[in-house]
Amino acid sequence: MNGLTWALLGAMLAVILAGCGSALGVGLAGQAAAGVVTEDPSKFVKVLVLQLLPGTQGIYGLLIGFIALSKIGLLGGGAADISKGTGMMIFAACLPIAIVGLISAYHQGKTSVASIGIIAKKPDQFGKAMLFPAMVETYAILALLISFMAVSAIPV
Amino acid sequence: MSELYTYAVARVRAMEDSLFSDGIIEQLINCKDERQALTFLEEKGWGSGDGNPDAEVMLQKEEEKTWSFIDELGIDKKIFDVYTLPKCFHNLKAAIKAVGLNKEDAQFFYEDEHYGQTEMLQIIREKSYEDLPEMMREVASEGYEAFMQTGDGQLLDVIIDRATLEAILEAGKKTKEPLIESYAETTVAVANIKIAVRSEATKKNLGFVERALAPCKTLDVTALAKATQINRDAIIDYLSGTIYKEGGEALAESASVFERWCDNQMIATIAGEKYNPFTIGPVFAYVIARQNEIKTVRIILSGIRNDLPEKEIRERVRRMYV
Repeated sequence: MNGLTWALLGAMLAVILAGCGSALGVGLAGQAAAGVVTEDPSKFVKVLVLQLLPGTQGIYGLLIGFIALSKIGLLGGGAADISKGTGMMIFAACLPIAIVGLISAYHQGKTSVASIGIIAKKPDQFGKAMLFPAMVETYAILALLISFMAVSAIPV
Repeated sequence: MSELYTYAVARVRAMEDSLFSDGIIEQLINCKDERQALTFLEEKGWGSGDGNPDAEVMLQKEEEKTWSFIDELGIDKKIFDVYTLPKCFHNLKAAIKAVGLNKEDAQFFYEDEHYGQTEMLQIIREKSYEDLPEMMREVASEGYEAFMQTGDGQLLDVIIDRATLEAILEAGKKTKEPLIESYAETTVAVANIKIAVRSEATKKNLGFVERALAPCKTLDVTALAKATQINRDAIIDYLSGTIYKEGGEALAESASVFERWCDNQMIATIAGEKYNPFTIGPVFAYVIARQNEIKTVRIILSGIRNDLPEKEIRERVRRMYV
């Protein structure tokens, strides 16, 4: 594989894995949200916010994917001529958000499900309920930071 | 797999809010008469809301609401076998007695989709045991032959009740759900303790007791059976060395306190499911909690109807799930 292929693979993994994690998390929380809204439609807005929380990892993956593609010139219409080493560095730089995005989004989805359970019984505790899945977000943000800094710092 | 029931559990969480708390039960006990109690229940959404409440109709309606909720969720009812099997086995027992005594209307039958009064009577009359679930076939044949030869209703009870307990344990194992297995174990252990207490009170011999008790993990049925041959204190002594120590203490207090402990033990088994967002556990726990609620309301209404003092009603009131 040449450098460009390695870099492209990294960008794709960031989008695919983080996106899959978000799809799993949002899907799971969506099932719980639908269950609560079936019984009490007035809780729609609160459970919707909780359902959306695991969706951010997909956006982070997309962001890193864009930056990586832009770095190798694929967004501008002309692919850059990069060495295998540089391509592998870009690939490695994309991995944090790809892997952490996948795992954190899935677990954030599960935590959102549990928090939706809080809303079902105690809707006035929305603020506290939102904090639990938000804690998981921390690790996705850390991974995003590292991926962003690493991809940006690689000279092409 | 644990996420398979996410939607169902979320609906259950929302429904749990409408379960009766200890406070509401207290308010119900404080009602002056049955009419006031029924109006209170109707205000809480019980019954059909037609403004003309009747206790039995209302309780029946609540039972139907629970199962129709489970139907809506599309959950396989086999999960609830540990709870529904005793009714099915009871119908078998009633059908054998009805056919054996040639008094088909004299027995009480539970309503059952597949094995209700008509179906069960036909199976026993025609001895078409192959139409029964596999776990019931052998015991149906054994029970029928024993009853026809001896006419001994108590022997039939022992045969069918033991088979029921074994079937509950087996059904619990089949679900591979720790909560349901644990519920099955508690059900069988509590039933064994009840059998032991009754056997001691009626001075049954060791052979009879050993035949009646179903082996389970949390009780040594041989030791329990031996204790029944001594006295009630020996049963309490034996229980003090098991996880059912409180049952022994309740037994020492009174029969109604013991009965309440038996039901509370079931609620204690499912209590942890209030905090579990996944698996079938919370759905199963909700069904058990609803049954417990209906049973408690039935006890209170019956107490109020018969002018029982509040203290006596309270002694019989079960612990609530929420």
